[in-house]
Amino acid sequence: MSHGAPPVRVRVTRARRPAARVGPVRVTRDIDEQTALGEVWMRSLVRTQLRLSVSVVGAVLVVLGGLPLAMAVAPQLRSARVAGVALPWLVLGLLVYPLLLLAGWLYVRAAERTERDFATLAQRDVAATAERPPP
Amino acid sequence: MSPTLGLLAVVGTALLTLLVGAYGLRISRTTSDFYVASRTVTPWWNASAISGEYLSAASFLGVAGLVLAYGADMLWFPVGYTAGYLLLLALVAAPLRRSGAYTLPDFAEARLESLPVRRLASVLVVLIGWLYLLPQFQGAGLTLRTVTGAPRWVGAVVVAVVVLVNVLAGGMRSITLVQAVQYWLKLTALAVPVVFLLGAWHADGAPSPADPVPPTVRAATTVDVKADVTLRVRQPVTVRVDGTVDGRRVADAELPLAPGRHTVLEGSVLTLPAGATVPVAERLPAADGAAWARPLEGGTAHPLYATYSLAVALFFGTMGLPHVLVRFYTNPDGRAARRTTLTVLGLLGVFYLLPTLYGALGRLYTPELLLTDRTDAVVLLLPARLVGGVAGELLGALVTAGAFAAFLSTSSGLVVSVAGVLSQDVLGPLTRRGVAAFQIAAVPAVIVPLLLALLASGLGVASLVGLAFAVAASSFCPLLVLGIWWRRLTSNGAMAGLLVGGGLATVAVLVTIVAGPIGGWPGTLLAEPAAWSMAAAFAVMVGVSLASPRRVPQGVNLTMVRLHAPESLDVDRGDWNPERR
Repeated sequence: MSHGAPPVRVRVTRARRPAARVGPVRVTRDIDEQTALGEVWMRSLVRTQLRLSVSVVGAVLVVLGGLPLAMAVAPQLRSARVAGVALPWLVLGLLVYPLLLLAGWLYVRAAERTERDFATLAQRDVAATAERPPP
Repeated sequence: MSPTLGLLAVVGTALLTLLVGAYGLRISRTTSDFYVASRTVTPWWNASAISGEYLSAASFLGVAGLVLAYGADMLWFPVGYTAGYLLLLALVAAPLRRSGAYTLPDFAEARLESLPVRRLASVLVVLIGWLYLLPQFQGAGLTLRTVTGAPRWVGAVVVAVVVLVNVLAGGMRSITLVQAVQYWLKLTALAVPVVFLLGAWHADGAPSPADPVPPTVRAATTVDVKADVTLRVRQPVTVRVDGTVDGRRVADAELPLAPGRHTVLEGSVLTLPAGATVPVAERLPAADGAAWARPLEGGTAHPLYATYSLAVALFFGTMGLPHVLVRFYTNPDGRAARRTTLTVLGLLGVFYLLPTLYGALGRLYTPELLLTDRTDAVVLLLPARLVGGVAGELLGALVTAGAFAAFLSTSSGLVVSVAGVLSQDVLGPLTRRGVAAFQIAAVPAVIVPLLLALLASGLGVASLVGLAFAVAASSFCPLLVLGIWWRRLTSNGAMAGLLVGGGLATVAVLVTIVAGPIGGWPGTLLAEPAAWSMAAAFAVMVGVSLASPRRVPQGVNLTMVRLHAPESLDVDRGDWNPERR
């Protein structure tokens, strides 16, 4: 792996778009050259994504993690019945799975939106993006 | 079940695996093909393959067995197996794919720019891989014995040979196809019989397994005792015995068993009369149906801690399983990795509705498995017991085929991962790299856990898998999560965290396997180590990293761009490539 900023940069991703002639400077160049601005952009992207991940994981852990505690504190929940099925079996054997899928779907949607916004903003001219804070 | 049909199912699954593997073989050419199927797999097939590879003996047989024996608390196993993928999705899926790593050691090296960390990661991959292969081989032995009466080692050897041939011949490309087909085979093998089982249960008056009575056989039931067992009898019961009970040789005669402990020697045959309370193996809790159906009352010590620690191991361990990670490279980009993982969440959720039903029905219709502590066999026995006739035989054969698919798919994935690491990091420096080294490495990757499986037998399939998850949660989970999200992670911190977390969990695992069940808090803490060993790993990794700020990798900024920048963005991602080390 190359360290720091090597004298010759080697691009391994796809070619720049045809518009890549000498022109307005973009944030992608700041990211490439690891300028302070580029760092701010990358850190803000990572922070946004981390916040999203922690919210989704946290919410699921609180809901799932709350179940044993609730059953320990309120023993009547252990033998409660809903529609003829024992509540713990209904929740752990059935309802948990659509809940996990829903959480995953919400996460994927939000994470993709963040990346789309980031890519759109980062590939604009700096002049145009200057008025907008990074996502 | 008739041995012929069962054998046909086993042979059929093995042949299907080899044929699909041979089909894929024509496409595999280079090392990259072998490892990662050249990234030409579509998300739907990849998600099927990930699920097929993931649903192991523990999921197919073990979960139902645990539910039968221990009750509601065991529902956390399938929940944890699935929730692990949500954490993987939210915390590592896309960045891991973007890292370009084939294996966990690749990721460790790319992120931390340190060869020692890579080596330690390799050791852990091999350790977790072997720990996870062990119960697959054991499960195969159990299945073949249940179906045909063959000795335990036969099934283990059959699975080992098929996996070895397939991995040697085709590598990952064929494995991807095999795995994807096997997810659908496994789902069918549980879903079709369950329709018949529920029908038969309904025709029987839909009895509840949660009635406050001890497990009771509904008809006269004969039990072959294949290994010495100590029973706990709670209500006096008279059984017909042909064998040795409490040191006394009994030749096919009625024997009253008074409440208390009784030992039955290998080779004995017990016949329980209809309506008899089943004497339960001493190792298993003797809960009545009502306590069995309620969480935290299954009769294990410190159930609340055990539940939480198990959940931690499964939730956080999934991302650290070596055979799970290698699949992510077959996604074309980070976005596809996310979508694939989401599909996996759905596929697993559908599958895991089923083992619970088998466990609960088993409590009603195959409670005699509690006598011999062989509850892992419940899935295999239920169709013939409950449906009967030709239909029951055929359904039994279908379930047997599904079980073998489970052993073959998970073992194949694990062997590919372990062999990949062995060939890169152990054989690589000695011989030339590439396909030959990979093929040589596949041999120890199979043989070592096979020998361990033949020697050890004590623990249940799902418990062993739980221990592999605990080691993964305490080592690779902190490495991945901190490596992806925290710039200040250093090679020293990673090294110390892997050693402490992986070491503590491994020691706890070894003590549990060697010493067997230990009572009280020490036993509970050792049997369910994840909660404390993972916390220790995170604490050490963060603490040592903060104490060694100068060891932050020089290229960390570029690595962060590589891990997190969406592919649509035209930026420099560095030139790291696992094939050009």
